[in-house]
Amino acid sequence: MNLKTSTRQVDGVNIVDCSGRITLGEGSVILRDLVKDMLSKGQKKILLNLGDVNYIDSSGIGELVSAYTTVRNQGGELKLLNLTKKVHDLLQITKLYTVFDVKDDETSAVKAFR
Amino acid sequence: MFGPLTFPQQKVQTTESAWNGGGAIARQVSCDRISTISLKPLLMAGDRFSYRLDSTLETVDNAEQTASRIASESGFGEDEVMQIAMAVREAAVNAVLHGNAYDPDKKVELEFERTQAALVIVIRDQGKGMDLSKIPDPLAPENLLKTSGRGIFLIRSFMDEVEIHPSHTGTEVKLVKHVHGPAEGGKEDLQ
Repeated sequence: MNLKTSTRQVDGVNIVDCSGRITLGEGSVILRDLVKDMLSKGQKKILLNLGDVNYIDSSGIGELVSAYTTVRNQGGELKLLNLTKKVHDLLQITKLYTVFDVKDDETSAVKAFR
Repeated sequence: MFGPLTFPQQKVQTTESAWNGGGAIARQVSCDRISTISLKPLLMAGDRFSYRLDSTLETVDNAEQTASRIASESGFGEDEVMQIAMAVREAAVNAVLHGNAYDPDKKVELEFERTQAALVIVIRDQGKGMDLSKIPDPLAPENLLKTSGRGIFLIRSFMDEVEIHPSHTGTEVKLVKHVHGPAEGGKEDLQ
C-alpha cells in the first residue's frame, strides 16, 4: 500500500498521520511534496506520526533525512512519532535513531516543540 | 483455531532459462494459489526461478514481492522474509536506477535458487558496472545526513553473504541467506 497522509494541528504543531509504505517512487514523492507544502505555508513544527508505516526502504530513509534537514534549515523542527518495530530497527542500524528526535507519546511530543 | 489449510497446487514444468541463451535448463514452479498457513517449506533444493525484467520502478516492486513469496515458501520466518525481500528490493533499485538508468533497452535479470542450505539470489544489470570505491560508508558521521547511499549497506546488513561483481557490461550481485542462520566465517565476500 502506498503512503497515505492526513494532517491535523494540535497546539500549533502540525501532525502528519502516515500509513503505508515510504519507498522509492510515489511514497517518497508524497512525503517530499507534503513537507514542501507545509513549509510554504509557514508550518514549521512538524510531527510525523509513523505508527501505521510498516515499511521504509533506503529511499524512504533518505526522504525522512531530507525532510528533517529541509525543515531544520528553515528554522523549523521535525520529530518522529510512534515508530513501528521495523522502522525503529532500520533507524537503529543506520545510526539515524539518535539523529531524529523520536517520540512515542503524542502529548509529550507536542509539548517538546519549542 | 485455524481454518482449513490450503496448499498450492504446484505445476512443475521444465522451461528454458530466459536470459542465458537457452543453454541451461531451469525448473520452474508456479502456484495457482498460495497458502497463508505453511506447515512446511514448499520449495525444495534445486528449485530455481529466473526472470528478465524491464528497467522500471514496477520491476523493483515485483522483485521485492517475488522475493518475499519465494523466501516464505523456502521456509524462512517472517523477519527473515522481510530482510530478504528488502535486500532484493535494494539490489533491484540499484540495477534499475544506477545500473541500467531506466534504459528501456536494458534488462534486469533476477534469479532465485533454493539449495539444500540456502536461498541464493542473483541480480544482474546491463549498466557500466558499479564503482565499489565510490560507495560511501553511510555510518560515517559526515554521511549520516546524506539522503542516499544506504542501499548496499542494508543489503549487507540483511543477508548472510553478499558478493558484488562489477564489470564493463554490468553488475552482478549475489545474495545468500542460509536456512539455518549464517555459516561460520566472514559475513560477506566483496569482490
